[in-house]
Amino acid sequence: MEKKTLFTVSIYTENNVGLLNRISAIFLKRHINIESFTTSECEIENVFRFIILVEMTHSGINKVVKQIEKQVDVIKAFYHTDEETIFQETALYKVKSNSLFEEREIQKFIKKSNARIITVNPEFFVIEKTGFRNETDKLYNDLAPYGLLQFTRSGRIAVTKSKMGISEILNTFKNQKKK
Amino acid sequence: MKNNKNISGAEAVIKSLIKENVDLVFGYPGGAIMPVYDEFFKFQDKVHHVLTRHEQGAVHAAQGYARSSGRVGVAITTSGPGATNLVTGIADAQIDSTPIVCITGQVSAHLLGSDAFQETDIIGISMPVTKWSYQITKASEVPVAIAKAFYIAKSGRPGPVLIDITKNAQFEMFDFNYKKCIGIRSYSPIPKIDKNKILDAAKLINAAKKPLIVWGQGVIIANAEKEFKSFVEKSGIPAAWTILGASALPTSHELNVGMVGMHGNYGPNILTNQCDLLIAIGMRFDDRVTGDTNSYAKQAKIIHLEIDPVEIDKNIKVDVPVLGDCKESLAMLSKNIKTKSYKNWLKIFDDLMKKEFNKVIKNDLSPKKKGLTMGESIIAINKLTKGKAIIVSDVGQHQMVACRYANFIESRSNITSGGLGTMGFALPAAIGAKMGAPKREVVAVIGDGGYQMTIQELGTIFQHKLPVKIVILNNDFLGMVRQWQEMFFDKRYASTEMVNPDFVSIAKAYFLDSEKVENRSDLEPAVKRMVESKKPYVLEICVEKEDNVFPMIPSGASVSDIRLE
Ligand SMILES: Cc1ncc(C[n+]2csc(CCOP(=O)(O)OP(=O)(O)O)c2C)c(N)n1
Repeated sequence: MEKKTLFTVSIYTENNVGLLNRISAIFLKRHINIESFTTSECEIENVFRFIILVEMTHSGINKVVKQIEKQVDVIKAFYHTDEETIFQETALYKVKSNSLFEEREIQKFIKKSNARIITVNPEFFVIEKTGFRNETDKLYNDLAPYGLLQFTRSGRIAVTKSKMGISEILNTFKNQKKK
Repeated sequence: MKNNKNISGAEAVIKSLIKENVDLVFGYPGGAIMPVYDEFFKFQDKVHHVLTRHEQGAVHAAQGYARSSGRVGVAITTSGPGATNLVTGIADAQIDSTPIVCITGQVSAHLLGSDAFQETDIIGISMPVTKWSYQITKASEVPVAIAKAFYIAKSGRPGPVLIDITKNAQFEMFDFNYKKCIGIRSYSPIPKIDKNKILDAAKLINAAKKPLIVWGQGVIIANAEKEFKSFVEKSGIPAAWTILGASALPTSHELNVGMVGMHGNYGPNILTNQCDLLIAIGMRFDDRVTGDTNSYAKQAKIIHLEIDPVEIDKNIKVDVPVLGDCKESLAMLSKNIKTKSYKNWLKIFDDLMKKEFNKVIKNDLSPKKKGLTMGESIIAINKLTKGKAIIVSDVGQHQMVACRYANFIESRSNITSGGLGTMGFALPAAIGAKMGAPKREVVAVIGDGGYQMTIQELGTIFQHKLPVKIVILNNDFLGMVRQWQEMFFDKRYASTEMVNPDFVSIAKAYFLDSEKVENRSDLEPAVKRMVESKKPYVLEICVEKEDNVFPMIPSGASVSDIRLE
């Protein structure tokens, strides 16, 4: 059996309602679990970037990314390993306010992990930590014994070390049209 | 066109279709599409609307039209059940790369998501089986979306597109202005051919000792029949076809060595695992073609001419992928190869064909037993249509027999549901095929099972006076499933026996000429009457109940394990 690896899939798309469905259907059809999924406008106006995290074999990811790229409204799709990307996740931890004062350990964890307190009110406070999965996990494990009211973690966001060349693709199209 | 100022979205739909040179659509009306139907009424001299008896019939007819004519087929229905009834045909068009545009009505935009009467999320439902889809909620989007729909449906690797139009957009007034779509920045339908790959491929071809070509529908879709024939003839390489590739090269061509795949010919299947070079052209290594991929052409180098990058290395790893339009790549390749011939290699194909003839074909075509065979029925059709007919087959044993024994002279003569295997396809598809190629004889060959899945389209044939010839090969069984039960389930015939109605009476009730044949001596005269008739004709041929189709590669087995009995 071919080994599975974690891949960051980056997809540049037109802003088309339904594209989300189309892309997730490609994974669904092959019974592939998506680890995380984020989308936002990218550096080019009206171009969106999806970042999907999946664990797959190398030959599998290659086929899936080709299927994604085949979609009419997808400009370009790439996949990268962790070594080829710079990535982060953000986690939010909601904790009872009195534990902040009663449990001195908590303050230590926050300091040590370079997390930030982003809200404090009489009932609760919220800590934010951005980093790698193992870092947000560690803080989770540290805080959990004291009672977490809520915990959530964002999908991965990532930029690649290599160039994507999306503007070049779009410019080639513009120039072809002029001809 | 004059009077384009302040027109309704519905009128814009028709005007957009006219701009795309559409003069024929298949459909079925209903509440959410009525404004558009009102415009069909006004524009009936420009766009002919064929009312089928079921929306599945409309979409299969659009597919048949597209397959026989090479143009984009159009099907139009209302929302909800009208739209969901299209789904099978859309999935069929997707997997067989057929260019169709489906237009569905939808509830008004302000009702979307409210579970309004006949609201269904057809965009969501059809998304995995469309090449592209779009929901129009404003009249101004009509021309842009329809222009894109036609461009996407037919460019590159063709496929189905669905346009859903909310009712308010059909009523809304706006100034119509149509611009044909000539490109989409996120979509490059035809990859540029890499000359180095052509040279690499040519080198392999020139050095090969036992090469084999396997071609698919890509040759037909690309209109590359001429380039393909030149390539085959110059290279001297034996060429075999997938079921959808049939007819791109005449059946009787000396280098045509038959069909590959589960019920294909013995020689090309066996020799797939003996050739030293496999040249795949416009085909996608479907599992019905390859059998077990772990033992498929392992000894051979493989060249793959293909327009769709996802097909490269999808099922079979290839040595030289040649991406691009095969009309161009074949011409380029022909320039770079030597003129050759492979006498000894071809003789092996001949020998294996003799073996197949003695074990299988002889009994199919000149049976000793009393009952009629499907094979001799197809031969009679060949003979009396002089091989010039378009054969539209349904799904099952009769389909395999039709494809095996039909004698094709012209391209686009074999229309069948290959990838999806949709029973019920043939009757409506034959309607579309006839309208797409009115000068050609169209013979639908259908099993008694599949016939009853869309039998109501006899009404369409009658109402629109379409001289389609329909042959029912009646074995009173869901034959292909029965064959599997016989071979792999110890003859436990679970729910495959059919108690059938009188097909002749049914045809006659639709005011169609019809007759039934049970004896060998009546076969040719009856087929002759059918072919000579200028009107639609339903011919029921009663065949042996428990005949099997051979050769056969049992599912999951290797192509070289193909069985003759
Ligand atoms: C819509 C659909 N349902 C079920 C099947 C499975 N199936 C494949 S062949 C076949 C039997 C077809 O019987 P018939 O139409 O009588 O043709 P024959 O095989 O006897 O020639 C069936 C049920 C199918 N292909 N399509």
